Amino acid sequence: MNTVLLTVLVLSILGLVLALVLYFVAQKFKVEEDPRIDGVQEILPGANCGGCGEAGCRAFAENCVKAESLDSLFCPVGGNETMKMVAEYLGRTIDEKAPRIAVVRCNGTCENRPRTTIYDGYVSCSVMAALYAGESECRWGCLGGGDCVAVCKFDAIKMDGVTGLPVVDEDKCTACGACVKACPKAIIELRNKGPKNRRIFVSCVNKDKGGIARKACGVACIGCGKCEKICPFDAITINNFLAYIDPDKCKLCRKCVAECPTGAIHEINFPVRLPKKEEAITVEQ
Amino acid sequence: MSRTFSLGGIHPHDKKISANREIGEFPLVDTAYISMSQHLGSLSEPVVAKGDRVLTGQLIAKSTGFISANIHSPYTGIIHNIEPWPDLSGNMVLHIIVKVEEDEWIKGIDLDPSVERNIKLSKEEIIKRIAECGIVGLGGAAFPTHIKLTPPPGKKADILIINGAECEPYLTSDYRLMMEKAEELLVGTKIMMKALGVEKAVIGIEENKPGAIKKLKDTARKDYSEIEIESLKKRYPQGGEKQLIDALVRRRVPSMGLPIDVGVVVQNVGTAVAVYEAVQKNKPLIDGIVTITGDCLPDQRNFRLRVGTTFEKIIDVVGGMPQEAVKVLSGGPMMGKAISKLTAATVKSTSGILFLSQEQTKRAPENNCIRCSKCVQACPMGLEPYLLNKLARASRMDDLEENMIQDCIECGCCAYTCPSCIPLLDNIRIAKASVLKIMRSRARK
Repeated sequence: MNTVLLTVLVLSILGLVLALVLYFVAQKFKVEEDPRIDGVQEILPGANCGGCGEAGCRAFAENCVKAESLDSLFCPVGGNETMKMVAEYLGRTIDEKAPRIAVVRCNGTCENRPRTTIYDGYVSCSVMAALYAGESECRWGCLGGGDCVAVCKFDAIKMDGVTGLPVVDEDKCTACGACVKACPKAIIELRNKGPKNRRIFVSCVNKDKGGIARKACGVACIGCGKCEKICPFDAITINNFLAYIDPDKCKLCRKCVAECPTGAIHEINFPVRLPKKEEAITVEQ
Repeated sequence: MSRTFSLGGIHPHDKKISANREIGEFPLVDTAYISMSQHLGSLSEPVVAKGDRVLTGQLIAKSTGFISANIHSPYTGIIHNIEPWPDLSGNMVLHIIVKVEEDEWIKGIDLDPSVERNIKLSKEEIIKRIAECGIVGLGGAAFPTHIKLTPPPGKKADILIINGAECEPYLTSDYRLMMEKAEELLVGTKIMMKALGVEKAVIGIEENKPGAIKKLKDTARKDYSEIEIESLKKRYPQGGEKQLIDALVRRRVPSMGLPIDVGVVVQNVGTAVAVYEAVQKNKPLIDGIVTITGDCLPDQRNFRLRVGTTFEKIIDVVGGMPQEAVKVLSGGPMMGKAISKLTAATVKSTSGILFLSQEQTKRAPENNCIRCSKCVQACPMGLEPYLLNKLARASRMDDLEENMIQDCIECGCCAYTCPSCIPLLDNIRIAKASVLKIMRSRARK
């Protein structure tokens, strides 16, 4: 019985002494931290995705508190709302930024882009890209290994089983840019989400000459320049046989979409086009 | 008592089905596609223009920069075009396309098959001639030979090793070369010894090639007493530079170091013969011995094949694509690369073309690591592949560097031996490239 009591007593005293030591040490070596960092961190989404370019939300919060102006800092996940709250909390102002979304610029489905080889190795885009140009004749397009799906922390990108291409979920995508970094072929781009989520982009990254590109894929951009000519806002430029639409200049007039001979320019979330007048009449007759 | 390297290694199925086929001459092709990237280092620069007529052996592209090599025309014909053309992995590389007319050699090349034993050129002239003739290492990496034969200042070689291990299953090109060009090989070795200023050379041959060992020993007995012929135990990857040095002279190349750091230079037997032809006969490197083999191929062959021959043409010559073949490799089954474009052409370092059937290429599904440590035992560099694989998947670059991922020679022993079929090498290779990039950028700072 004595042993039990003694044990309890010794341990209790030991615990008490150590607790006191720890308390005084903690007081002595206390790190002074700006309390606002905790405040900002609470406002942030806490996804720790690294989309802002920092290691995590804590590092971003520290930067927000330290920085002179908030202009160069942006949390893509929280978007304008979060940034406004952060600015309010810190008593600063911030310009609103256009919301963005990840866009997959390849439409090389099995139908559009016939497969010429079969890959039976380890399924990963980075491994495939290091080994060879890809299963089809197009050496620029999506490899379909799903590295973008694996890195997405928001479950916003999925592989389509039929087309073999990744599909971005508009509601879930936060434009953190993880998929952009993961893609070895640089197919995914962050573009403006656009008014009413409407946007136009060239769904191809093939920089080969028109003939080669067309032979490899039915819906490749062949760099013909028709879209560049028809665009009234000079938003389209052609480099290396590939058209690129500047999202800041584009006014979403959709002239280029109709002009593209291969259908490489995609429009998203637009209402269905009304048939032309003559056609409407014939339908009535 | 045969020697071998001290750490790891595996014993893959020893199949040399084309070993007894003599080296045959390949028929003339219609069009040759000559890559400007046939060697390690910067691309060569074409010195001919579209429409020019070139002779066999004429210089068509010259080396650019320090690590680069000259390229010569393998045939006589008209330059059809100079444009990007897919290489065997489907990536576009600048090629010179020659419409072949005939096989008329340029003047100044000695085509007499008799062996020229007397080495007339001086040390500097030899290295200059090797550089002019565009000789690259034919063991696989295609490193320009003249650079390897000029050790950096402050370092000196004291022994030359000639690699006749040919540890890859199926390939027999080096074996055939040793059988048919034994004396040329020995003269080539002597030339390189003179260029390096070393007194001793060792030729290492695996003991599954007794014919080659006997032939070389018989030939060397007469006039080549300074060249030793050493028999090696059969083990993969014995043909790896570091493993071969360990096996033959028991020296350890330091991490991230080169063989010259321990006073050794390693050259392949193919390179030795190419050096002989360049120095004694003034013949540039435009052809090499290529084994065309595979269990599903009815007629296995060894060819003296010119650079720039398309794989399509080769398949035609050996009787068309075998029905069971589902995969065609350039190189052996362990280190070879799958050919995704048959329109691509051979390069200087092509050593074999291997046809594999469905049965042979089948990949079993990946399972969990059972911690059997087979990969650790098999790794010839003393690494821990299972750990590197885990760290690579988590992108932990610092830890990878600490665990010496940069020493990986990508031999594939770990993946070969893994009972859970984990793609160890695939993951390690990608991570190794990233780690090397980080180390290089840090070194630049």
